[in-house]
Amino acid sequence: MSLNTLTLKEAATGLSEKEFSSVELTKDCLQRIKETESTLHALVTLTESAALEEARRADELLAAGNTQPLLGIPLVIKDNFSTKGVTTTASSNVLRDYVPPFDATVVEKLKNAGMVMLGKANMDAFAHGSSTETSDFGASKNPWNTDFLPGGSSGGTAASVASDQTIAGIGSETAGSIRQPAGWCGIVGLKPTYGRVSRFGVVAMASSTDSPGPMTKTVEDSALLLNVLAGNDPRDATSSPKPVEDYTKNLRNPIKGRKIGISAKYLEDVDPEIILSFEEAKKVFEKLGATIVDIADLGISILDPKYSISVYTILQRAEVSSNLARLDGIRYGSDRESFGEEAKRRIMLGTYTLSAGYYDAYYKKALKVRTLIVEEFHKMFAQVDCFFAPTSPSPALPIGSSKNHPMFGEMADVLVEPSSIAGLPGINIPAGFSKAGLPIGLQIMGSQFEEASVLNFAHQFETATEWHLRKPTL
Amino acid sequence: MKYTPVIGLEVHVELKTASKMFCRCSADYFGQKPNTHTCPVCLGLPGALPVPNAKAIEWCIMIALSLNCEINLLSKFDRKNYFYPDLPKGYQISQFDLPFGKNGLLTLENGKKIRIRRVHMEEDTAKLSHQTVTLEAGNHEERVSLIDFNRSGVPLVEIVTEPDFSDAAEVKEYLQKLQQIVRYLDVSNADMDRGDMRLEPNISLSDLPVTGERKESELPKYKVEVKNINSFRFVEKAITFEIARQEKILDSGKLPPQETRGWNETKNETVSQRMKEEANDYRYFPEPDIPPLHHTASQISSIRDRVPELPDAKFSRFLHEYSLSKYDTEILTREKMTADFFEEAVHAGKEHTVSPKQIANWIINKKPNLADVLPASIVKEILQSNQVEVIDEVALKEVIKDVLEKNTKAVEDYKSGKETVIMFLVGQVMRNFKTKIDVALVKTQLLELLTNN
Repeated sequence: MSLNTLTLKEAATGLSEKEFSSVELTKDCLQRIKETESTLHALVTLTESAALEEARRADELLAAGNTQPLLGIPLVIKDNFSTKGVTTTASSNVLRDYVPPFDATVVEKLKNAGMVMLGKANMDAFAHGSSTETSDFGASKNPWNTDFLPGGSSGGTAASVASDQTIAGIGSETAGSIRQPAGWCGIVGLKPTYGRVSRFGVVAMASSTDSPGPMTKTVEDSALLLNVLAGNDPRDATSSPKPVEDYTKNLRNPIKGRKIGISAKYLEDVDPEIILSFEEAKKVFEKLGATIVDIADLGISILDPKYSISVYTILQRAEVSSNLARLDGIRYGSDRESFGEEAKRRIMLGTYTLSAGYYDAYYKKALKVRTLIVEEFHKMFAQVDCFFAPTSPSPALPIGSSKNHPMFGEMADVLVEPSSIAGLPGINIPAGFSKAGLPIGLQIMGSQFEEASVLNFAHQFETATEWHLRKPTL
Repeated sequence: MKYTPVIGLEVHVELKTASKMFCRCSADYFGQKPNTHTCPVCLGLPGALPVPNAKAIEWCIMIALSLNCEINLLSKFDRKNYFYPDLPKGYQISQFDLPFGKNGLLTLENGKKIRIRRVHMEEDTAKLSHQTVTLEAGNHEERVSLIDFNRSGVPLVEIVTEPDFSDAAEVKEYLQKLQQIVRYLDVSNADMDRGDMRLEPNISLSDLPVTGERKESELPKYKVEVKNINSFRFVEKAITFEIARQEKILDSGKLPPQETRGWNETKNETVSQRMKEEANDYRYFPEPDIPPLHHTASQISSIRDRVPELPDAKFSRFLHEYSLSKYDTEILTREKMTADFFEEAVHAGKEHTVSPKQIANWIINKKPNLADVLPASIVKEILQSNQVEVIDEVALKEVIKDVLEKNTKAVEDYKSGKETVIMFLVGQVMRNFKTKIDVALVKTQLLELLTNN
C-alpha cells in the first residue's frame, strides 16, 4: 500500500511510531500527483522541492521527539490562501504572478503545526463557481469519472484528497464551496461556523460568509485539522473570541436519543438516487438510536431554500464587486481585462445592486431576509440537535455543465446556501453512490459553534457505514 | 449685497495615534522615507483585513463629545467605493449612516451656534506625487506618478457642519476654535502645514434673508464645494472669491453650476475641477470585515470624563477665578499647555503671595519657554525680581545729595513746577546701586531733600 492513501490519523500515528518517515510519505504523495495530475489538474502550483525540504526537517524534529499535531503531514491548500513566497493566484489570470509577502493565518497555523505543503489547489477563479470550470487555468476533473466535474469552488482540493494525492486538504466555503465538491468527490468536507476559523490572508470572495475549513478522508481527520485551524485571530475582527474545544473529544459519544431534524423543503427537485441514499442514511441514524423528526411536525416552518439563492446572490455579488476593486490594474501586473467572464458578471451585478436607488430594493432587502433565515435556524436548533439533508440536488455533473449557466453554482448550492448565509457549521459525509458510480453526499448542519456536535453525528454515521472507504480507480 | 451667503464646512482632522486606523503600522508618516510604514493591510493586499484602532475610535468620540454631539451607541463602518490610484483597496473604510457623533454644536463669539451634522471616523489615502525621473536604464527622463503608502490608513476624523456660516470670518473663527479643541484634547497636532487639518467649504448664495436655521427647502438650488484647502487664510480667500464670483453669475440672471472647485494659490482664485454630472455614486454598504460597534452609555460617560476642560470653559473660569483681563485670559488659554503652566504656577505662587496677575504678566511679557522651565521656578524668578535690598538710609542720603548736585538743571526744572522730572532723578539714584532697591523709599527721600533744600 502506498503511504499517500493513509488518513491523517493513520499517517500521524505511523510517523510518531517511526513506521515510516515524512520524506517517504511525502514522496508517495508526490508520486501519486505525478501519476494523476495530467488527468485531474487538481493543483495550480506544485511545491515539490520545498515539500521535500519541509519533510526532511519534519523527520529531524520527529527524531528529536517533537509532537506538533501535523508534523510531517503532507497537505494541499486551496490557492486563495496567501502563502508567503509561493504564488497565490486564486486561479485567476489577474493574480497569475502574485507572490504574497505574508502567510494567511490558516497557513501560519498549519506551518506551526508542522505540515508539509505539497502545493496550491485549483479552484474556480476567485472562488466564483461550483465547478472549477471558471478557473483561468482550466477545470479540475472528478477522480471518480474524469468526464465529470469535481464541484467547486474548492474542487481542486476535493479532487486531490479523493484521489489520494494528499493526506488531506484545506478549502474555503462561501456557500457550498467545501461541502458541494466534497459531496461530488466522495470525501468529508467541513464548513465551520463563520468566524471560527480566521479569514486573514484568504483572497476575499464574500467577506460576510467566507469560512476556511478542512477537506479530509474521514470525519476524525476533519476534527484533527479543525483543532489546528480554529481560534480567535486578532488580525480578523470577525473571528470569534469563543474558546476552542478539542473537536475529537465528542466523536465517539453515542447519539442515542438525540434529535435529527429533516425538512421536505430540502428534498424538492432532488435527484431520486440521492433521495434513496438519504432514506438509507435516516435508517442508519435510527439504528444508532437517534430520532428523525420532520421539523414541520414540530411546528417549525422554514423558507424554501431557493429564496436563499436570491439573498446569497445579492449579498455575495455586492461584496465581490467591492472586494475585487483592489485589483485595479495598477499593481499585481495584470490589468482588469484579464478578469474572466464570471468575475466580470459578478462585478457588474454587485455594482448594480449597490448603486444609488437600488441599494434599498436589493441589498437592504437581502439583509432582512438573511436575518429571517438566521432566526429560523435559531428556532429550529432550539428543538433539534442537528439538521440533516442532501448536500446537492444531484451528483457530479459532466464537464461543461457550468458553461453558459451563470447561475449554475447557485443552483448546485441551493441546499447549502441557507446555512451558509446564516453562518452555521455543516459537514458533507459520503453516503452512497449513483448507478453511474458517482459519489453521493449528505450534510449535517448544526447550531452556531456546534462543530463538535456536528462532527459527532458525522463520525457515528461514518463508523456505521463504509462509503468513505471506497476509492476511485484512476 | 442682495444675497446671503450660505456656507457649510467639512473638515478632516488627522489623529496622532501611534498606529494606523486598521493596522499596526506607525501613523507617524510625515517626512519618512516613502513606503516604509506599510503592511499587507494598508497596502490593501488580497486577503488582508482591517482591525479598527480602539484609541482612534475613542478620540473620535471625544471630539464628537467636545462638539456637543449625540453619540450613536450602535455604530458601524461602511465601505465608500471609488477608484483612485491613492486608494489601494478600491474603497475607503468610512462611516455612512451611523457616524460616531451627530447633531452637535459649536458657539461663536457673537453667540451664533454652528450646528455640527456629524463627526465620523475614516482612513486617509496614500499620497500621490507626480515627478519627472531619470530612468536608470538610459539618460532620458520620464513623467511618472509615484504612490507613497505611508499615509494610507492613517486615522481621519471628518467633521461636517450644517450650512450655518454667513461669511468667511465666521468660518475662520470656527476653524480656530476647532483647531484649539482638538489640540486641547491632544488627539491631533492640527498642524495645517503638515496637512493634519484639511478644509472643504461649500458655498452658495441665497436670495432669502437669514432667519436662523435654514430648512432644506430654504437652501439655494446649487452648491459649490472647494476641496482640500490647507490654510485658514486660503479658506477665507476662497470663500470671499466664491461669493463675488457667484454674485456676478446670479446678477446676470443665471444659476451657478453645482460643482467641485479647487483653490489655486498662485492665481488667488478657485478653479473648476468636477461638475456634478460626473459625481461619484459611492455605493456605500456596511463593511463586512468589521462587525458593528456597540458602546454602552457608561463607556461613553467614561470617555466624557476624560475630556479635559475645553477652551471656552477655561476662558470664563480664568476670567472669574483669577480676575484677569480678557486680553490676558485669551493669551493664557490659547494653548492648553500655557493654561496648565499658568495654573501650576499660581498654585506654587500661593504660599509666596505671588498673585495670579503677577504670574500672568510674567508669562505674557517675558515669554519664557514653557517647555524648558518649571512653574515653581517662574514663581522663584518673580520673587527674586521683587526682592528689595535693605540699604543704609544715611548712605542713600549721600547718594541723593550727590545726584542733586550733579543735576542742577533737573532740580531747577522740578522747582519751577515740572514735577515729572522726579522720575528721572529716581533713575539717577538707582543707577548708583547694583541691586534692586525700594523705589518708593528713594522717591520719598528725594522729595524730602528737594523740599528741604
